[in-house]
Formats: sequence, structure tokens, C-alpha cells
Amino acid sequence: MKELMLGNKAVARGLYEAGCKVISSYPGTPSTEITEEAAAYDEIYCEWAPNEKVALEVAHGASLGGVRAACAMKHVGLNVAADPLFSISYQGLNAGLVICVADDPGMHSSQNEQDSRHYAIAAKVPMLEPADSAEALSFAKKAFELSEQYSTPVFLKMCTRVAHSQSVVETAPRAEVPQVPYVKDPTKVMMTANSRNAHVRVEKRTRDLIEWAETCDLNRVEMGSTELGIITDSTSYQYAREVFGDNASYLKIGMVYPLPEKLFTDFASKVSRVVVLEELDPILENHCKMLGIPVSGKDIFPICGEFSQNLVRSCMGMEQPETRHIEDVIPVRPPVMCAGCPHRGVFYTLKQHNCMVYGDIGCYTLGALAPLNSMDLNVCMGASCSGLHGFNKAMGKEGEQHSVGVIGDSTFIHSGITGITDIAYNMSNSTILILDNSITGMTGHQQNPTTGKNLRGDPAGKVDLEALCRAIGFNRVRVVDPYDLAAVDTAVTEELAAEEPSIIISRRPCVMIKGTVHKPALKVDESKCVGCKSCMKIGCPAISVRDKKARIDTTQCIGCKVCTQMCKFDALSE
Amino acid sequence: MSVKNIMIVGVGGQGSLLASKLLGHILLQQGYDVKVSEVHGMSQRGGSVVTYVRFGDKVYSPVIDKGEADFIISFEQLEAARYLEYLKPTGRIVTNTQKIEPMPVIIGAADYPENLITKMEATGISVDAMDCLTLAQEAGSSKAVNIVLMGRLSKYFDFTVAQWEQAIRDLVPEKFIELNLKAFALGRGES
Repeated sequence: MKELMLGNKAVARGLYEAGCKVISSYPGTPSTEITEEAAAYDEIYCEWAPNEKVALEVAHGASLGGVRAACAMKHVGLNVAADPLFSISYQGLNAGLVICVADDPGMHSSQNEQDSRHYAIAAKVPMLEPADSAEALSFAKKAFELSEQYSTPVFLKMCTRVAHSQSVVETAPRAEVPQVPYVKDPTKVMMTANSRNAHVRVEKRTRDLIEWAETCDLNRVEMGSTELGIITDSTSYQYAREVFGDNASYLKIGMVYPLPEKLFTDFASKVSRVVVLEELDPILENHCKMLGIPVSGKDIFPICGEFSQNLVRSCMGMEQPETRHIEDVIPVRPPVMCAGCPHRGVFYTLKQHNCMVYGDIGCYTLGALAPLNSMDLNVCMGASCSGLHGFNKAMGKEGEQHSVGVIGDSTFIHSGITGITDIAYNMSNSTILILDNSITGMTGHQQNPTTGKNLRGDPAGKVDLEALCRAIGFNRVRVVDPYDLAAVDTAVTEELAAEEPSIIISRRPCVMIKGTVHKPALKVDESKCVGCKSCMKIGCPAISVRDKKARIDTTQCIGCKVCTQMCKFDALSE
Repeated sequence: MSVKNIMIVGVGGQGSLLASKLLGHILLQQGYDVKVSEVHGMSQRGGSVVTYVRFGDKVYSPVIDKGEADFIISFEQLEAARYLEYLKPTGRIVTNTQKIEPMPVIIGAADYPENLITKMEATGISVDAMDCLTLAQEAGSSKAVNIVLMGRLSKYFDFTVAQWEQAIRDLVPEKFIELNLKAFALGRGES
């Protein structure tokens, strides 16, 4: 049956149809729905792992156990999973292993726009790259075949526009794949002679795959006008077809590593001019140059950001469509913390303390935006803890008394535990706030090891954050309610002043969690409101001031009452 | 048929997902090739959100670029103006007249431009503006703004009311069907 399907859901469908039995992942936009959608199939065991390294190791373990397995992550997650990746490439598998990785050109929801194709080259792991949902589904199945045929993990590389676009697919029934028996094999221990032999095996595997890539149906030639030949991959192929139609010929690459050689040179010989169209880094282009094919690529197309049809037109010197516009300046509408967000009170308090705030990755990164403006920087998951420790080692007491690290519950489990271990072990007097909102928020509400529920929402193990921090060596561990501004202020004041490292756990569930009971919207007593705008300092999207009176948007306000603590005139109430 | 382009724009949380689902569903049923593209994650938190819906004999690019949209469906005035450049000069904006102030306006760092609808019309494009929030509330829920807008959009398509209503029945949970059918009729102006 034909249906419209999200790219990520099509990946999940492909994994399902291929008989995949185990998926372990860490959420990250734009990869999250792969695992969520796979969890809709009872035949697949799906879990959220604490981080991507664990997820890949779990999936590989399942492959050794004899069943087809997969993991999914965003591009920066692959950095975390890189350690096992390189050695798994050497060691090989038992049943098929597919690593889904989703890049984010244009950084819609990411801190960088690294190109994951480099990992395929560096780890010598084949990488398939679909250009729409139908390919996402069929390539996922192909990836398992290839993985077992060549005893290698296989990447399935998505990008935002393929992952988060719906296009037409046709589904097929699931193929049940028999479990492969586990057999002890002493060459699987990756040390000395075994590793040296494994490297030789990997090099031969790559040569075999190049040979296979020359004729495989993942790469295809579509001949049109021979005036222009376009070598392209992923969503860039769609933009090229959109702009040039049959006025060009195309070499559409579906396996971006390893790349064929004869296919490239043959295609180039049939066209007058070759242009390479690929987002981010010049990987196909450099391959052409290595083969001695004269091409245009990053000399005309940008390395930074996403492509689109107009960008292709513009870079190729073609006319842009006519547009209309008005003169007014349109104010930006950045994302904001939701009305009632428990992070708001924490960042307001940190602003009052004028601290150096080392932030981390999650909804709370929005604490950097106006009017809270209370995050100095962020780097990657967990850096708020380890980075703050280093900062304080450099700054001494002056730093220790005026700085905090801020990290969410899921991010803390992902990579914060090792950082606070360094704080406790190597004794910097650092203060870490764990913003425990009982969910992985930014990626759309996934469970994690602190929530007591698993991916499917069933009861699961639960990390006791207070006990964990104490066991690591923190004597000062306290819990505050972020809706109580005075309590947060006292906690921050006392822990910054304390002569030893501290953990403050700010605990209050995300207001967007399904089933959270909201209080009625607050009311403004206009006889008391003087229009002083004190309530506006917390940056709540439900509050505005019009005609010198505060106004509450009753469709947004959930009655958290943080604003009432800002008002000296008692004008806001239930 | 050459490809037609519809953009759905609004503020994160306003319900554009159901609108694009409904459009995708009905267009696929009519036998078109369809692509629907949206951005998840950071942009959902009250930020400006945009969804692209493209249909025709064969659709390649998942996105709509400046000067390419036949329709912009907007849940909010400012968002209609923000994406005006994406409209073809012959295109049409179907917009809710509701205003939702963005944070820079709330904190006084920017002004919400006035008379946006008149100014957009003055550029020569067609604007169909209506108070969808009031109609949605009349239908029974302020959350039905999306279906009110779909009702309005349906006037510009050849599909029958029965086809639209069936699509609503196919996609909306049982208990909300009546409410959404009413919202659709109010948007279409036939209730």
C-alpha cells in the first residue's frame, strides 16, 4: 500500500521489514523518531541508552548474540560513539548491524554542522545515504544485507530534510531472520596480532566493497542532456532535479563510502562539464579530483549551511523567482522556554547572582536568550561539569565563588557523571545545578534513566541522583523547587559560599509532560497593577504589558506563580 | 500537473502538524505525488515554525523556496508577513488575524508592525484574512484554528466537501470529529 511516511519512520519501517530485533539509541534531533517509530513494532526490542557510546555497544552486543540490531543518533552523538565504532569495524559481527546517523546541515537544532561522511572514511565503515523516504526504507534493508555479506557495521546516513520530510513509500511484510548461533572465536579479542590481522581484513573488505560499488543499484546514472553532468547525493540530488530536470545528466550516489572509481570516470567521459553538488564538505568532489576528473564544486557552492533550489540557481548563475515584500522590519520569533517552565526561576536567580554560567545541551540552553541572558557558553553534553572544573582550577577562589555549571537530568546521565567525578576526585570547589525536569525535553519527551520509565513508558530502573552524587564524593547535595525563587536564591548563595563542591538539584517536572496537572491561569488585579513590568523580567511568554497593565495570556499560563513572586503590589493572583 | 506549493506557517504549538497531515492525506488520495517537510526540535518551543507541502505528478525538492509558494496558510499575522517573500506574485495568503507577540516585542526590544494585512495586499498579492480563533472557539475549542484554516483553504481547491470531511474523519480521534467538522464548515463559511 502507498502511504506518506516521515523519513525517520521509513527507516524504522525498513529496520522492521529486515527482521531487526534490537535497537538501542540516545535521542537527538533529527534522529529521534527512528527509535520511537521502531518501538511501535512489538517484534523489535527498543531502548533508550544513557548515551550513544552505550547504544552502539548494546547494538553490537546484540549482533554478537546473533540478531539483526541497530542504533540511531544525531551527528554529534556519533562523536560519543566513535570509540567503539572504530574497533567494531575491525572486529566484525555475527548478525547485521546498522548505525543510523542524522546530520543537521543548517543547524536547525544542533551546535555544529559536522559532516558524518568523514566517520565512514575514517572508520572504514560503508555508508548508505537515502534521498527520500522510499530510499530510507529500502536502504535500511539493504544495509543489513551488506552488513552480513561483508561482516561490517553499515551506516545509514540521514539529514534533517530527509529525516523530517514525508514522501510516498510502499511497505512490505517483515522477513523473519533466523538467529545466528554464537561461536567462541579467539581472534575477536582486539589486541596485538588479532588487531593487525583485522586491519588487513578491513582493507581487503574496502577493496571488495569498491568493486561492488561499481555496479550496485545504490548508485545510479540518469542520463538527460550531456551538456551538464551532476554528481550528487542525498537531498542535493532533489534540488538538482528540481532545477535542471532533463537538462542535465545525473550520477546519484547512494553509497557515499566507499566510492566506485570506474563509475565516476565513465560518467564524466559522457558529459561536457561535471558539477558536484553536495552539502557540507567536498567529499564526492575530492574523490573526483583524486581520479583526475575536472569538476566544479565548492568553488561555486558553499560549504556552510543547507542547500535549496534557489541556492543552486543562484550559484549556477540562473535567474531567481520573482518575490514580493513589505518594508516593515519583522521582529524575530526565537524559541522560548514555555510558560511555566521550571528552568525559568533558576536562570532568573543565576542572573541576579551575575555568575559565570557554564551551560549544556537541552531546552535550558534557551536560558542564554533575552531577557534571562544567563548562560555564558556551552560546548557539548557534560562539558558544563568538566569544563567548570577546569575553569575553576584556572580561576581559583574567585572563579569558584562566582560560577556554576548547569545540566539537565538526561544530559547529566549522558556525560555529566564523569565530569562531577573529576570535581569530587580532584577537589575543585565547583557548584553544579542539575535541572531535573523528569524527562528528556528538547527532543520531544523521551524517558531516561532518572525517570523510572522505559522507552515504552513501562516501569523501569531509576537512578537516585542524590545518592549517586553522594557516592561520588559530594557532601553537599540539596534539592530545591525552582518555582520557589527565594529557596533557589538561598541555595545558590549558600553553595557558592561553601568551602567544598556542591550539587543543587532543581526538581520539578516539565509542564509539557502528558498528564501534568496545570493550575488555572492567573489573573491581574488592575487596581493594584502599576505597570512597573517587574513581572516581565522572567521572560514568560504568557505575560505582556498593554495600556500600562500586565496581561496574562490565559491559553498559555499554567499558574506556576513564579511571576507573583516578582510583583511588589500583589497584583497577580489565582 | 506541474508542482503546486503550499506553506503552512505559525508559532510552535499552534497545531500546524494536523493541518499538514490533513493536506498530505487528501492529496495522496487524489493520486498526486506528495512531499511534506517540517522541522522538529528547537523550533517547536514557541518559535516561528514552517511546514512545506508540495504536490504534483512528480515532486523532487522537499522544501519551498522564495518566490515559489502558491499558497501561504498562516496561523498568525506576523508569520504571514515573515514568509511573504516565499509567495509567488500570483499567490494567495490565507491567514488567521490573531496576533501573538514574540519575545522581542514582549520585552519591548521591537515593535509589532501595524496594518500588516493592508500592507501585504498593497504588494499586489491576494490576502484572505479571517478571525479563526473566534470561529474555532465557536466550534468548541481554540485548538481548532488549524481546521478552520483548512476549511478556508478548501474553497480554493476542487476537492468536494465530502472528501475533506472524510479526511478529517480518517485522521482525527473519534471524540473530536464533530468539533473539527464544525470548525471546517465555519472556516469554509458554510455553517
